[in-house]
Amino acid sequence: MASGALRTLAALACGAVFGLGLAVSGMMNPAKVIGFLDVAGDWDPTLIFVMGGALLVTIPSYRAILVRRGPILDEGFSLPQKKAIDAPLIGGAALFGIGWGLVGFCPGPAVAALVTGLAPVFGFVAAMVAGMALHGWLRSS
Amino acid sequence: MEDFTPVSGLIGGLLIGLAVTLMLLLNGRIAGISGIVGGLLNTKGGDSGWRVAFVAGLLLGALAYVVAAGARAPVEVLASPPAILVGGLLVGFGTSLGSGCTSGHGLCGLARFSRRSIAATAVFFGVAMLTVFLTRHVF
Repeated sequence: MASGALRTLAALACGAVFGLGLAVSGMMNPAKVIGFLDVAGDWDPTLIFVMGGALLVTIPSYRAILVRRGPILDEGFSLPQKKAIDAPLIGGAALFGIGWGLVGFCPGPAVAALVTGLAPVFGFVAAMVAGMALHGWLRSS
Repeated sequence: MEDFTPVSGLIGGLLIGLAVTLMLLLNGRIAGISGIVGGLLNTKGGDSGWRVAFVAGLLLGALAYVVAAGARAPVEVLASPPAILVGGLLVGFGTSLGSGCTSGHGLCGLARFSRRSIAATAVFFGVAMLTVFLTRHVF
């Protein structure tokens, strides 16, 4: 189906703009992210400008897009349906926070930083994928 | 605050916001990286093409900048090897259990004022700051 190919192409383009944005913002560098998280040290507030810049675009754009009947290249929107603030959400966010604080990498920047070819980045991403697989296995067993 | 780079941070953020916007407008999807990558592990039937394409794009976009900027695009991983592995496991397990990361909850979720995402974002930012405080200033 032609729209399937267009969706793949759109995802490639969106990924490229996202990756470029991450790199330009400096957030691909875990040392810089730690500089933000370290509020008691030599604090670097750059991350606020990154998230602020992104939300400056997405808050109005999401509002405008979500009144449409659907997206341009697909039948309908695929949005998360869960509403409850439950233990998996909070526990998962807390575990993620510990890992993020230990290394300074969250999933997007870690995957993007693979292009540097640095061994620690590959180690982190391998462990991250193993952690996702472990949770998927526990959930299904 | 010698490393403070608000201008490139803002430009990068605007680009990320554009990518997140286009993903919803064109494909109707949340641009959450942990969800996109995690979906590759247990995808059932024909759902992996766009995910692979997005990750390939992410790498191409980052590569373009690294090639153009050279040494001005540093990636410094300061954590020890054991901390890197434990941290990676926690980030993978936690984002899977908690249904999202900095992009899915922090950008897409906040943009649509999801109460779940606001709660998750407050928790992972708070816990990450506490973790950095403990590892840098206490132990």
